[in-house]
Amino acid sequence: MTAEDLHKLLVGEFGESKITGSNFAAKDPWIEVVVDAIVDVSRFLKHDERTQFDHLNDLCGVDYFEPDLKKVAKFTHQPHVEVVYHLTSYSLRHRITLKVKVPRWKDDATKTLPDVPSVASVWAIADWHERECYDLVGVNFLDHPNLRRILCPEDWEGHGLRKDYEQPLEYHGVRGR
Amino acid sequence: MSPGFPNRANSASRFEKPGYENDGQECPSYEVSMSLTLEDPRVIEFDVRTDEMLVNMGPQHPSTHGVLRLLLRTDGEIIHEITPHIGYLHRCAEKIGENLSPPQWVPYTDRMDYLAGMNMNLGMALAVEKLIGMEVPEKAATIRVLIAELGRIASHLVGMGAYGLDLGTFSPFLYAFREREIILDLFEEVCGARLTYSYITIGGVTHDLPDMIPIPPGLAALTKRNRNMKVTWLQALEMFLDWLEHRISEYHTLLTRNQIFIKRTAGLGILTKELAVSHGCTGPVLRGSGMSWDLRRDGEPIYTKMYAGYDFNVIAAPFKEAPREVVLGDNWCRFYVRMLEVVQAIRLVRQAMAKYPKAQGEYRIPYKMSAKLPVDEAYLETECPRGAMGFYIVGNDKAEPFRARAKSSCFCNLSVTAPLCEGFLLADIPAIVGSLDIVMGEIDR
Repeated sequence: MTAEDLHKLLVGEFGESKITGSNFAAKDPWIEVVVDAIVDVSRFLKHDERTQFDHLNDLCGVDYFEPDLKKVAKFTHQPHVEVVYHLTSYSLRHRITLKVKVPRWKDDATKTLPDVPSVASVWAIADWHERECYDLVGVNFLDHPNLRRILCPEDWEGHGLRKDYEQPLEYHGVRGR
Repeated sequence: MSPGFPNRANSASRFEKPGYENDGQECPSYEVSMSLTLEDPRVIEFDVRTDEMLVNMGPQHPSTHGVLRLLLRTDGEIIHEITPHIGYLHRCAEKIGENLSPPQWVPYTDRMDYLAGMNMNLGMALAVEKLIGMEVPEKAATIRVLIAELGRIASHLVGMGAYGLDLGTFSPFLYAFREREIILDLFEEVCGARLTYSYITIGGVTHDLPDMIPIPPGLAALTKRNRNMKVTWLQALEMFLDWLEHRISEYHTLLTRNQIFIKRTAGLGILTKELAVSHGCTGPVLRGSGMSWDLRRDGEPIYTKMYAGYDFNVIAAPFKEAPREVVLGDNWCRFYVRMLEVVQAIRLVRQAMAKYPKAQGEYRIPYKMSAKLPVDEAYLETECPRGAMGFYIVGNDKAEPFRARAKSSCFCNLSVTAPLCEGFLLADIPAIVGSLDIVMGEIDR
């Protein structure tokens, strides 16, 4: 099934209000899903006869932000965080990419992490991928069975792949910079 | 009931844990057992009751293949819970990738899966080529197939040898390293490095294959040739493959059909196809569970095109020749998939060797370090020896990618340890984790 057909199918199933964008010209065509519909869309894509996306290749986060004030003018994206889901169907041999866009912080003043519902109940591997995404990109996955850091130590501060991340000067007596 | 000792007060619950053989009778409740006489054997059994114990296996344990720490909750020899802790080898490869242009990031991919550096370079190079829409010449593609499949042989040799080591047999490891040494010698002649090659790069490979080389000392000794002999690189490779092909049946005698090995692997760590797919397992782990899926055949066009015109089989369980104790998806199947993949890799190398002298074009298209990446993104998975390694590159009109993501295959394969090990014996953990053939450098990146 091509990306256009999948998009039509999803719009028919969930409506324009849930499936908010798409790009079929990209190297990997993607469909943008509204954040609170991602679990329903994932479950539909996995279990529907026409889609059968049984394999989650990858789940990762991208932080769209330019911390350098001199370069902000040239930065074409609105600041936001994206969670990208790469899916494959083993039986029907097709692929699709889903995207969820959330603000960089739920609350700018307190720097609270943005919320994205967890798809760990749909694909088991999402558990670990979401832990990594939480650890490095800083996305709070709701209803995750065990949302703890996976690569960094538990008491690490900040999320390394945020564009405005600053390396700590010191960690338990080890010089950082 | 004290919260710190979950199984202490209610002894009946311990019979419900997996792994215990319950003969179907009702277990006596605590109150009932208290009223029994001392002669009753059950009372004595309750007296030697063990508490649950937390055991750290690793991060320096030799059979965890690097710095993997497994936190075990054990009751005697039986594992009730296993929690893998990773991250000890985290080197921020993705963050570094955001600050380097793609050719500069290639050496970092070597250091992810350091046993199959060539295959990692290939995956990274192809992902960038997909993003910028570059197509490599036939000659470069032929060299890539040749080198990548040689890398697969070297990696599977270590996988086989180290697995034997996990199970307590030392000799296959020595034989495997003897063979791998010659592949490393050949790689050294190609690019100068023995472990971290950075040979396959964006646009092709860094050098053409060398012409005349001194025969690798190991090869001269094994094939009883003059040590001072000069041969072409392809001749040396041919000699090595001829020699290696006859060794494979020896490995089968040493391990595959060894009764001790079968007892330790067959019927253990059974990974069903559903579990493997849900946990995103790829590579030999997935194929050992009966799923015939190999990205060299089923991947994206930019990758499968490289293997077009080559004749090879995708190896997947079940096997007709398997010993009768073997169950689909167990340790033995995963091991055997790797063994047979070596044979297929040898076939592919031979075909690439035949193609190479006639291959058209250059070995490399120049790619400038300062070339800007388009505002687009590309995700590509390639079949590395350990599974599908994915690279996701987001470009933003700059030389450095906006996001460089390496999706690790072992990361996903390792996530099945908990469902596979729980309820089994402590001594089975090296057998199960070893059969997943993990490399921590790739998991932690």
